[in-house]
Amino acid sequence: MARKRSLVDLCLTPKAEIPTGLRFAVSTLMWVLVLGAWSIATYGGFMQDIFLPSPSAVIGAFFRLFEDGTLGQHIWASVKVVVIGFVISSVIAVPLGLLMGTFRVVQAGLEPLVNFIRYLPVTSFVPLFILWIGIGIEQRIMVIFFGTFFQQLVMIADVSRGVQKDLINASYTLGATRRDALLHVLTPAAMPGVLDTLRVTMGWAWTYLVVAELVAASSGLGYISMKAMRGFQVDVIFLAIAVIGILGLLTDLVFRLLRMRLVAWAN
Amino acid sequence: MTAVTALREVSAATIPATPTAPRLRIEDVRLEYTTRQGKTVVAIDNISIDVPDNQFAVIVGPSGCGKSSLLYLVAGLNEPTSGRILLGNEEVDGPGPDRGMVFQSYTLFPWLTVRENVEFGLKRRKVPAAERDDIVNRYLNETGLAAFHDAYPKQLSGGMMQRVAIARALANDPKILLMDEPFGALDSQTRHSMQKLLLRVWEQHKKTVLFVTHDIDEAILLGDRIYVMTARPGRLKEEVVVDIPRPRTLDMVMDPEFIAVKRHILELLKNEIKDDDEH
Repeated sequence: MARKRSLVDLCLTPKAEIPTGLRFAVSTLMWVLVLGAWSIATYGGFMQDIFLPSPSAVIGAFFRLFEDGTLGQHIWASVKVVVIGFVISSVIAVPLGLLMGTFRVVQAGLEPLVNFIRYLPVTSFVPLFILWIGIGIEQRIMVIFFGTFFQQLVMIADVSRGVQKDLINASYTLGATRRDALLHVLTPAAMPGVLDTLRVTMGWAWTYLVVAELVAASSGLGYISMKAMRGFQVDVIFLAIAVIGILGLLTDLVFRLLRMRLVAWAN
Repeated sequence: MTAVTALREVSAATIPATPTAPRLRIEDVRLEYTTRQGKTVVAIDNISIDVPDNQFAVIVGPSGCGKSSLLYLVAGLNEPTSGRILLGNEEVDGPGPDRGMVFQSYTLFPWLTVRENVEFGLKRRKVPAAERDDIVNRYLNETGLAAFHDAYPKQLSGGMMQRVAIARALANDPKILLMDEPFGALDSQTRHSMQKLLLRVWEQHKKTVLFVTHDIDEAILLGDRIYVMTARPGRLKEEVVVDIPRPRTLDMVMDPEFIAVKRHILELLKNEIKDDDEH
């Protein structure tokens, strides 16, 4: 292979590293392309602003809703639902998932049931939840919980199944009891995988939130975009989508930081 | 990494004299398992081994002869189908800290530093903190790990990780040390330096060791006695006593005595391979 390889060559080689500068340039270029296409389509008059608002219209909507306080209020309503639903789900799913991946008897008991429920679309339960618990915040929390819990359970069970058995054997030969092995070996060993699972399922929680808010809610980002649709305020729909995207990006960042801090040994 | 091969000299004064370690008796042990197809396979076919006190015993044999399985039985990580294993007067029943083990795969706890790994067993056995620190420092020094005590396993080379594994097992002061091809995954340079380190450490402690390997040079260099095993089903072929004086050094592999033992073992294993081919 040639000693000095051209950038083009590097870009076309599977799994080859490329210079950081180039990586940044390509990432920036993509954003510029998307925003550019959007600008051309709207400012150039190719799209009616009733279907596709211009970037400045979306920014305008942001300031309008920000200044009258409604944006903050709706963001808070959404964040509250996602966080509560996600925390309740995680608090139960993490320990239960670890047990499910570790003890064959727990696995035998839960796995068939969980795998059945896991494939049921959450959306199909929304009418049932409305019937059972109304259209309050509890209903939306329930949707988030139902959407993330069973997925988390299966993924975390896989993580704990993946922990090397000799790690546990080694702890036994050092005098660890079964309880020690569970608390001091299996749990820390599974931590990086657990945090990765939480990061991925958090993304899904946001998706389910919007589903729940579109159907039945009186506040939240899904609700304002539903309301905006009725009033043909496409700029507000775009704003709601952008805000959800940014919030998702932020939560992802939080999980990345958390992973770097909590399980620095795995990086 | 130069630190891997640099061996730290430690004065003998820092190492406590170990009292006579109890002997290990493997009595007529048989191990069978059932395959998915429902076939019964004999992994170990009625082996009896008697390892006297403070001996370095090596099990050598072709791959698949059940030598690692035998070690797992002694560790109590698996149960024999029949027969029993005694350490001193106690019958082995499940794993315990009296039988420390160094595994072939890297089994350091990656979330713990080198120091915390070595400390793990002491913590489990609730050894007081001050005493714990003393013991950990002693074994870190002895294995040349003092400078790396704050490192995480990810930052260490394979040889360094196995050193930590040895220090971790020894710090717990087991009655017997079980070693399952601990240097099998290392490059030959590192393997030699680890053998040197193990010889030095062992000659100071004289703890009973049961060491599994397929490397005949390694077996002769380290062992007081070598148990040669046959391939499937694993049987004991011969017990070879190695009379090469200690302290041993790596260049002894050229000595006529060494070569004589090696020739003998090779002969035993050659027949073994021929037997295997006839099947």
